Amino acid sequence: MESTGRISVIFKRELGGYFATPIASVFLVIFLMLAGAFTFYLGNFFTRDQADLLPFFTFHPWLYLVLIPALAMRLWAEERRGGTIELLFTLPVTLWEAVVGKFLAAWCFTGIALALTFPMWLTVNVLGEPDNGVILAGYLGSFLMAGGFMAIGSCVSAFTKNQVIAFVISVGVGLGFVLSGFPLVLDFFSGWAPHFFLELVSSFSFLTHFQDVSRGVVDLRDLVYFVSLIGFWLFATSLILEWKKAE
Amino acid sequence: MSAMVDIRQLRKVFGRIVAVEDVSLTVERGEVLGFLGPNGAGKSTTMKMITGFLTPTKGTVRVNGFDVQEQSIAAKKSLGYLPEGAPAYGDMTPMSFLVFVGKLRGLRGADLQQRLSETIRKVNLEGVMHQSIDTLSKGFKRRVGLAQAILHDPPVLILDEPTDGLDPNQKHEVRELIKAMAREKAIILSTHILEEVHAVCTRAMIIAKGRVITDGTPAELEARSPWHNAVILRVRSTHPGDVRAILLDVPGVRKAQVIEEGEAEHVYRVVPEEGRQILGAVSQCVHRHNWDVVELFVSRGQLDEVFRSLTMPAQALT
Repeated sequence: MESTGRISVIFKRELGGYFATPIASVFLVIFLMLAGAFTFYLGNFFTRDQADLLPFFTFHPWLYLVLIPALAMRLWAEERRGGTIELLFTLPVTLWEAVVGKFLAAWCFTGIALALTFPMWLTVNVLGEPDNGVILAGYLGSFLMAGGFMAIGSCVSAFTKNQVIAFVISVGVGLGFVLSGFPLVLDFFSGWAPHFFLELVSSFSFLTHFQDVSRGVVDLRDLVYFVSLIGFWLFATSLILEWKKAE
Repeated sequence: MSAMVDIRQLRKVFGRIVAVEDVSLTVERGEVLGFLGPNGAGKSTTMKMITGFLTPTKGTVRVNGFDVQEQSIAAKKSLGYLPEGAPAYGDMTPMSFLVFVGKLRGLRGADLQQRLSETIRKVNLEGVMHQSIDTLSKGFKRRVGLAQAILHDPPVLILDEPTDGLDPNQKHEVRELIKAMAREKAIILSTHILEEVHAVCTRAMIIAKGRVITDGTPAELEARSPWHNAVILRVRSTHPGDVRAILLDVPGVRKAQVIEEGEAEHVYRVVPEEGRQILGAVSQCVHRHNWDVVELFVSRGQLDEVFRSLTMPAQALT
């Protein structure tokens, strides 16, 4: 059987797993409630009097920062704790197929959550005449950013059996990526690190890349940034799994 | 034809701890090899290297002719593995779990259906196929684990403590299942239940501190007992004479011990000199002295005696 076939078998099992447990309903309800609350109360959706979804997308990095590690923490920590990792890796699948299959399922699940915010899009279209291209770009950027958070979470989850530790560390690393263009992170390096390094760190910021895309500027560099970020963290996931499998 | 499982000079080191040291063995079709050993002896680690889950520090493993490290997918297709504790995805039902495993193993459509129904019948899972695995009893969980291991009818089976934690009836069932499959497969199982070796294994290996200490048929292992062919004699304690001294004078007897001293009865163990049979001589002696004998039999030697003498050599047997 081809590699993609095996990835799809793992993908379906994993995605089915979300819906077989209360994880799916709890996550979807909380995600949609928070997304709505942030948009209307903190984002002043109505009083801005503009037909766009900017107040909606602005809060996505913060929403993902907390909610995606909660999904990702179980990816590998649970396999390891339950011993099923041994079962999975003695079936005829490669490490990479398992890592990709599980990641895609989790990412797809966040995609479903994001798609369920469509009433927002309906609302702005009823109330005014927004630029739907910009909104589409916003959704694309948000989805890619969710993938970035998820890939980080996958890697951290591969480190430990303990889901709480996986969650806390994922939030920490995620925060670093969100804020890497801000003084909070940059001050840590300025003073001793060379200038190009500061530039490099600030170019890793989720916020800067996401804000560009969500304003409708779909720059290839932003897409490449998120895709390669995901690729890097998944590669790291497979290395860590190979290294720490036995524990 | 080459052996189904061929292990050469396997070694595994975790940090500073040597878990497995220089293990070499082959298993042919039709053999059931039992790994015996105390906890932490390296049985599971060896099995994890055979199945390709762990990478050996040194040495090679070939399964069905495929190198487990170099041709891992082909090797994994040839084997079924029941990991220790029979892990499974608890939120799935046995049905969806077995379909998942079957699909990853490349089974599809009618082929998959046919293998599923055959496997489910073999391990008696019919009643619980649509209940989540988390809600199943230990015995059923173990059967689900066995089912996923034999689903694709592999030529090689690796079973890590297949009967651990089961009740006597369930143990019996699992052993019968293993025996029924033994003829056309090469099977390696680990256990610390010694009776299991008699029940299912054609060959047994004692492993301690990562090394193979002995390898042979269960009968050969028993022959290594310090009390192999000893005669056990249970006599009513109405004889004031020194039974032990009299037994020691019987020709061919090396040692006579009192192993039980009760109010009513005494039990003696009469150990022969190497390679001698003494049952005839002892029973003649019994007749001559007219002892009131309750029990008289030859002990083949218990596996647990062999096990203890080999794995804990520092402690003298009593």
